[in-house]
Amino acid sequence: MAKIVVDVMLKPEILDPQGKAVAAALPRLGFTFAKDVRQGKRFEIEVDGEPTQAQLAEVEKAAEKLLSNPVIENFTVRVEK
Amino acid sequence: MSLDTVSMAQINPDMVQPFAELGLKPDEYARIKEILGRRPTSSELAMYSVMWSEHCSYKSSKVHLKQFGDKAVKSDALLVGIGENAGVVDVGQGYAVTFKIESHNHPSFIEPYQGAATGIGGIVRDILTMGARPIAVMDPLRFGPADAPDTKRVLPGIVAGVGGYGNCLGLPNIGGEVVFDESYLGNPLVNALCIGVMKHSDIKLAKAAGAGNLVVLYGAKTGGDGIGGVSVLASETFESKGPAKRPAVQVGDPFVEKVLIECSLEIFAEDLVVGIQDLGGAGLSCATSELASGGSGGMKVQLDKVPLRDPSLSPEEILMSESQERMCAIVEPSKIARFLEICEKWDVTVTVIGEVTDGSHLEITWNGQLIVDVPPRTVAHDGPVYTRPFAQPAYIEKAAQEILSLPIPSTKDEIKATVLQLAAAPNLADKSWITDQYDRYVQGNSIQTQPDDSGMVRIDEETHLGVAVATDANANWSYLNPYEGAKLALAEAARNIATAGAKPLAVTNCLNFGSPEDPGVMWQFAETVRGLADGCLEMGLPVTGGNVSFYNQTGSVAILPTPVIGVLGVIDDVRTRTPMSFDRAGLELYLLGETNDDLAGSEWAYMHNQRGGVAPLADLQREMRLIELLVAGRTKKIFAAAHDLSQGGLSATLTEMVLRHNTGASIQLNNVGMTLLSETPGRVVVAVEPDQVGALTEEAQSQKIALTKIGVTGGDALVINSASIPLTELRLAHTQTFPKLFG
Repeated sequence: MAKIVVDVMLKPEILDPQGKAVAAALPRLGFTFAKDVRQGKRFEIEVDGEPTQAQLAEVEKAAEKLLSNPVIENFTVRVEK
Repeated sequence: MSLDTVSMAQINPDMVQPFAELGLKPDEYARIKEILGRRPTSSELAMYSVMWSEHCSYKSSKVHLKQFGDKAVKSDALLVGIGENAGVVDVGQGYAVTFKIESHNHPSFIEPYQGAATGIGGIVRDILTMGARPIAVMDPLRFGPADAPDTKRVLPGIVAGVGGYGNCLGLPNIGGEVVFDESYLGNPLVNALCIGVMKHSDIKLAKAAGAGNLVVLYGAKTGGDGIGGVSVLASETFESKGPAKRPAVQVGDPFVEKVLIECSLEIFAEDLVVGIQDLGGAGLSCATSELASGGSGGMKVQLDKVPLRDPSLSPEEILMSESQERMCAIVEPSKIARFLEICEKWDVTVTVIGEVTDGSHLEITWNGQLIVDVPPRTVAHDGPVYTRPFAQPAYIEKAAQEILSLPIPSTKDEIKATVLQLAAAPNLADKSWITDQYDRYVQGNSIQTQPDDSGMVRIDEETHLGVAVATDANANWSYLNPYEGAKLALAEAARNIATAGAKPLAVTNCLNFGSPEDPGVMWQFAETVRGLADGCLEMGLPVTGGNVSFYNQTGSVAILPTPVIGVLGVIDDVRTRTPMSFDRAGLELYLLGETNDDLAGSEWAYMHNQRGGVAPLADLQREMRLIELLVAGRTKKIFAAAHDLSQGGLSATLTEMVLRHNTGASIQLNNVGMTLLSETPGRVVVAVEPDQVGALTEEAQSQKIALTKIGVTGGDALVINSASIPLTELRLAHTQTFPKLFG
């Protein structure tokens, strides 16, 4: 069984208040490595068997229509074994 | 692209510049060249283009808005008038209240959640900028048909955005409107109103006086948000949507704004600023040029000092960026240390970006090179002014001649069906689905919120002094007769405050229209402004400020003319307000005001898709006498309840009254169908104890207001003549519409 993974991130130019809050909290907890943090979301979609090109195209469509807000977000679709 | 400096502009005067793409007309571009005596640098071009856009310069509306000055009301209550970030009104006991309404229509169509959220953020900062603590918000909203697919997209997002931002700020949302009409499909209207309170001595103005004073930018860092958003989004219709290099959408962060509010109020309390301006539309271009021209004119800004979220931004983009939650202050050098200290305490990014000079130019440098050198007034105030052609559109005559043919209920079954149908109509149905998403009682001072006639908040917890605000527009009437429509909206908003017993004090407005380049639309606008100015003069209510939103159209179809009028009133003791409904049996119900055959522009006509007829005329003298009567009824404790009649007429008013406290009523009406459906303005239903009927009659007679007994309270049904509608059935009809539509 394979998984189709959709990662959704705010476009780089768009303000990310959540990521900013995480970036501000890290040093307060002693983690000093981060220059910046952006937070996104990840969908794992299970399908029967090896995903077909047609299925991936469908997922692309769904990602654009439902999983992401294309006005302010980008997404990537990939297969995870 | 290499940096375009003032000296480059002199060396290379004939460089071709993309002024048209930035929304400037050839003659406007020529005017800039004439002002500067050379071609503008690209940064100057960016500033002029965004500041001379319709949204910022009011270039099409100015010639009409002038009437608010010409017909100004002499009012002792007005402390700060039109021209500042928001008007300020004296409400007594040393308190001043500021309130203003603005539109965020286009951004909310593109990205409903963020568009609406940043609309709230922007109006809250306008109020904060006056030195006031924001205490409440309201939001008049308009959408396409309730069952249209695009309404299902924009409405939930807009409502969530208004709630998300306002709730995070801890500001109660105390009212507004929700109206559906085909003309708003593709052009939803998101208007946001904020109320703030302060002491008289705390008023702050947007001016940069005193050479040597520092220009300080504080709040969020600058990113690529909404670059050119103001000019591109507000000045062009949706047909031409080219690919944008930067996102046109601004994203807000209410938690940063909350901190910015508290930080700013602490700074104000210690009197650390000379002048202050928030960064809204047109960002730094607007803030620096308005502050500079509010003072003597001279200011030097080092643009490279602006803290950036995105280091790849060019100077032009920094000037145009509409990143949210930023403020610009003018601070005396002796006070800057304390200013920085307070910002640090609140963890607010703060940077000194320049200083006030004794010159007359706004000079902006980028790494030492001069990129802007302009007289700031030419950017901020001396933009182009257009006297656009206007002419009465053909539909006006045609609509006036239309004879309405509407079913008028008369039998028992017809009356019942009609009342239930109106109760469930999207424009009249219970709006809890929306308002439950808003925090209405945070801060503990909300006295009235939806579904009351007006929002009311207490501003002094000892004396119980309060203010009430209502917003109203009846676009159907404005469509038929924009002059009368504006007066009627003004009268309705004032009446909605007076039903609770508050005394109307001042007016703000948000005028939403189609394209000013269409002479018909321009005529609607001109007539509206004339009507509003005449109405305010007659009622003695000063206009404290307002906002114009043009280009609300898709293709050649404009929205209905929608002047949203906000009226603010004061009540000396909120505990004595007249509630909107009754909670006990045995009260007598009276209708104040006469009912005529006014179905043109009514909800009933709209439901039958008939848009013509002759709109009612506003009788403001009678409205003022009615307001006197309503205020007297409160102070003399005559009323047990009072509720305004507007859209949906007596049918809608009775529905709302009986459902409010689940107490029925028995009503007897002559000419029952028309009396239930007519929307004749200037009417109110009041409930009184039987022993107050004499006092009521006396007051009504002395104010020459018609008084008709219509029934008594009590029972578990709304009984109208022979028709009996159980409250459970009426409630079901009234409350199911929104959950069914929007889940």
